[in-house]
Amino acid sequence: MRDLSPPHGVGVIAGSYLAALILTIWPLPHWAEMLRPTWVALVTIYWCLWLPQRIGVITGFVAGLLLDALTGTLLGEHALALVLVAWTALWMHLQVRVFPWWQQCFVVLCIMLIYSFVLFWVDGMLGYTLGPALRWTPVIVTALVWPWVTLVLARMQQRYRVS
Amino acid sequence: MAVFRRQRSPQLFSSRPAGALRTLLLIVASVVLMVYDRQSGRLQQMHAALSTIVWPVQAVVNAPHAMLLWATDKLATHMALVNENDALKSDLKFSTAQLQQYAALEQENMRLRALLQAAPRVPGRISVAQLLAADLDPFRHLVVIDKGSQDGVYAGQTVLDENGIVGQVTRADPLTSEVTLISDPSQAIQVEVNRTGLRTLAVGGADLDQLSLPYLTNAADIKEGDLLVSSGLGGHYPPGYPVAVVTHFERDPAEPFAHATAHTAADLSHGHSVLLYWPAVPTTEISVSKMPAASPTASKARRRKKP
Repeated sequence: MRDLSPPHGVGVIAGSYLAALILTIWPLPHWAEMLRPTWVALVTIYWCLWLPQRIGVITGFVAGLLLDALTGTLLGEHALALVLVAWTALWMHLQVRVFPWWQQCFVVLCIMLIYSFVLFWVDGMLGYTLGPALRWTPVIVTALVWPWVTLVLARMQQRYRVS
Repeated sequence: MAVFRRQRSPQLFSSRPAGALRTLLLIVASVVLMVYDRQSGRLQQMHAALSTIVWPVQAVVNAPHAMLLWATDKLATHMALVNENDALKSDLKFSTAQLQQYAALEQENMRLRALLQAAPRVPGRISVAQLLAADLDPFRHLVVIDKGSQDGVYAGQTVLDENGIVGQVTRADPLTSEVTLISDPSQAIQVEVNRTGLRTLAVGGADLDQLSLPYLTNAADIKEGDLLVSSGLGGHYPPGYPVAVVTHFERDPAEPFAHATAHTAADLSHGHSVLLYWPAVPTTEISVSKMPAASPTASKARRRKKP
């Protein structure tokens, strides 16, 4: 978060999060619900990998709180999951950057397993235990969407020189 | 903290950009927030602030839906409008005819209740709210409506539609409110079978539009097609509103309880507008002398099925 150089391209980062939040609650038919990637987690992973000096666990926490308020979950539920996602992505960002795309997908799959497990665990304590397909299919979908998200966000980052 | 970071971060290959302490603090903060939020009502102001921040996101998502509705309004042909008007007029006549009988029945019911010295059923006030188009957390059966605490909505308020009970307001933010449907896994509603008066509990589950009745004995007098109405026990939902219709009932002598499921009377999956219900007086202080005549606005929504 703290950097000595003046920030550049805050709007692009905020815009990517805004788009992610919009896509998260965009109305879909009931059967398509499980094909929805977890957009906010994807955006968080991307910025943690490629902009670790600016984006980190605090951004994850704030984005998680907004997501909680937006989707009606317990305050702190998505925040906890996204803090862990951000921390894991930061921890291995130097390795993951040089991975080929399919290995990156695998890493995203593992991070999303952590994310979904946290939500599964908290929801389980609250009694929302039903729908295993709805819980675990998005993990795979999110990993498959990762290359395209990288493509779009990398283009944006280059174009607006986000640093 | 700043000194600590400045010593480590300038290295190109620093492998720990996230302070472990900071991460730990945020994890603890999240857990504390969840615990406090679980004890409902404690984080009301924080919820209100956050929901105001994310309100533009909801507005953006809802915009195409709202525009579509607006466009269908504007582009409707003269012929379609005339047809709709005719249909509405005949509907209104039909409803008014039913209401005449209803008003008489209600008066009779109140007199009988006064004779029995039972508390009268006082109709409440009703107001319309629109659903905002948004998919919330897929594991919870939640919807957002466009009325908030500024419009007098409060947590715990009953939400209806033209066919029956939809659910209850679980959080009233300033501009919007969050409604938990009766089919949510965390919800249960006190019902009685309209035909026999048998009381039981209907609980939500995984499926939208479906309730299950887990506490019916094998000897229970109930059959498919029975209407379940709210019994008002527990004082949470107003009594006498349709809740669900029994779709499946199966006796299994090997088990202590029968298997029964019901389909909600209200249209939980396709509705666009709902009705908010304000009880006329607090249920604890009802006096027989202050019986008001049935107000037409309130009784319009109380369309009960008569045998």
